[in-house]
Amino acid sequence: MLTLLFDGIAYGMLLFILSCGLSVTLGLMNFVNLAHGAFAMAGGYATIVLMSRFDVPFVATLPLAFLFTAALGLVLERTLYRQLYGKSHLDQVLFSIGLVFVAVASVDYLMGSQQQIIKLPAALQGRVEILGVNIGIYRSFIIAICAVLVVVLQLILSKTRFGSRLRAAVDDRRVAQGLGINVNVIFAATFAVGSGLAGLGGALGAEILGLDPVFPLKFMIYFLIVVTVGGTTTLTGPFIASLVLGVADVAGKYYVPAAGAFVIYTLMIVFLLVRPQGLFARAR
Amino acid sequence: MTIGLAADPAPAGHHPAPATAARVVDALKRRRRWRPLETVFWAATLASVLLLPSKHLILNEIAILALFALSLDLILGFAGVISLGHAAFFGVGAYCAGLFATHGITEPLVGLVAAGVLNALLGWATSYLVLRGSDLTRLMVTMGIALILGELANQMAWLTGGADGLQGISMGPIAGWFEFDLFGTTAYAYSLSVLFVLFLAARRITNSPFGLSLLSVRDNPLRAAAVGVPVNGRLVQVYTLAAAYAGVAGALLAQTTQFVSVDVLEFHRSADVMLILIIGGTGYLYGGLVGAVLFKLLQDLLAGFTPQYWHFWIGIFLIALVLVGRERMVGGVAAAVRRLARRT
Repeated sequence: MLTLLFDGIAYGMLLFILSCGLSVTLGLMNFVNLAHGAFAMAGGYATIVLMSRFDVPFVATLPLAFLFTAALGLVLERTLYRQLYGKSHLDQVLFSIGLVFVAVASVDYLMGSQQQIIKLPAALQGRVEILGVNIGIYRSFIIAICAVLVVVLQLILSKTRFGSRLRAAVDDRRVAQGLGINVNVIFAATFAVGSGLAGLGGALGAEILGLDPVFPLKFMIYFLIVVTVGGTTTLTGPFIASLVLGVADVAGKYYVPAAGAFVIYTLMIVFLLVRPQGLFARAR
Repeated sequence: MTIGLAADPAPAGHHPAPATAARVVDALKRRRRWRPLETVFWAATLASVLLLPSKHLILNEIAILALFALSLDLILGFAGVISLGHAAFFGVGAYCAGLFATHGITEPLVGLVAAGVLNALLGWATSYLVLRGSDLTRLMVTMGIALILGELANQMAWLTGGADGLQGISMGPIAGWFEFDLFGTTAYAYSLSVLFVLFLAARRITNSPFGLSLLSVRDNPLRAAAVGVPVNGRLVQVYTLAAAYAGVAGALLAQTTQFVSVDVLEFHRSADVMLILIIGGTGYLYGGLVGAVLFKLLQDLLAGFTPQYWHFWIGIFLIALVLVGRERMVGGVAAAVRRLARRT
């Protein structure tokens, strides 16, 4: 029972790292980005390639995966995404679906369509028994990393100048712009960091979530749930939403395996029924 | 707005002056009139039945896709609802028709009508979920419904055959008369007739006052509500209609290919049909039809040299389409066609 809770929390933490970048994209630019999972996939494959081709140890690949996807995100934001901020939601949906298709097919072409397996270092494998709870070492590693990230992100957002500018821009983009905040630069930076975090999540999660070319499609709905349910003004909203989603998904799959996937979809629809605008109230 | 009021001397609460009423009727009639290009289009499709006997199987697929895209056009092009889960209705229609056939009711028309009615009910029921909220919530709810149905189809293997698909569909002759053949000729003629009949219905509906009120809801829901258009009611109605259309398209697929797999409910179906509609252009009914033809030709062409990766090219195409500007691309082609039509 507690083991299940523990696994659920690890899973939820991962989801948070994967999707917190998306909440900024949606909140700040009101941009429906369905291609967020593609960045996560890029991070996962970056780790795979680094480990298998260049013999980089797993832990060392994680920051590289972050940097790689952050750079990728920055390039795509500057070249493609920025042209779509003013367009309709339909255009944004079409564009990001196109991007997902390209990513899926390219990865399929370059890496093959099979599931990728990450060889964890021996120190991260296995389970230990603490106070009668069976704990996976790798999962506690994930939780530790994500917890540190959450704290760091929260501190950046609440204590630094950049953080307050970002919050101002999310709250009211036009007023922030009027006050001389360069929203575009802030957004580009946040987009890059968000993509990087997704990449890091993809690299960390390859073990648990699995990694194959259809990853962006498989997890698209999860990211969207986290963002719509959690809201975009704080980090706490998406964080709690991710934890609930993670625990619910793991528990659902364990206790009622036949109904596993229904649990979260139904939860999502019920939630959207009760709060039609989501907690994400600025949706236009 | 003010000009309209000034030109219409009838006091509020009364029927408009006869002259205005006549003008409105005239305008509606003008919208409804058949253009020469439309006649050419349908003549060409009729000719394809007779002249391309070896291509009937793929033409049948095109006709079904066209009907599916037409149904999406009803909600996307005419009511502005973005749906990423339209495959839900397509899939339910396919399973409904398939199950009718495996349970001994082999008359295709019965299965077709049943699929339409069942999906109208489903569309009506789910429309209340879809109407709420913004584009994003609509996207997620439509997608969620399709995902749930996909899971259901996968889990209820005793009914749907699960991942193996629904096998053993054998159809009787249509209306007890036209036997399905190996070359797809009957199938194509059948799908095309259904498409034509439903297209006529959609054409009539969208050119009616009802259709005009839909356009006003699409362009500005707030203003539409202010002039007395029941916005939510209209959306429910058109969503129900579109669901029925998609269900019929799914039923046609099940009946003519005699097989249904979980694939009919998958996300890529919803994305593909949206793409088809976007290629052809939204909001003028022919978009889905033209798009289906182009999509299949494109698929054939691209699959020729990169069979596995053809979604890559579709993706590139989508990105290019959006960056260049949908209106410009589709509008440019439409303008060229119009110019050509005027010259001939």
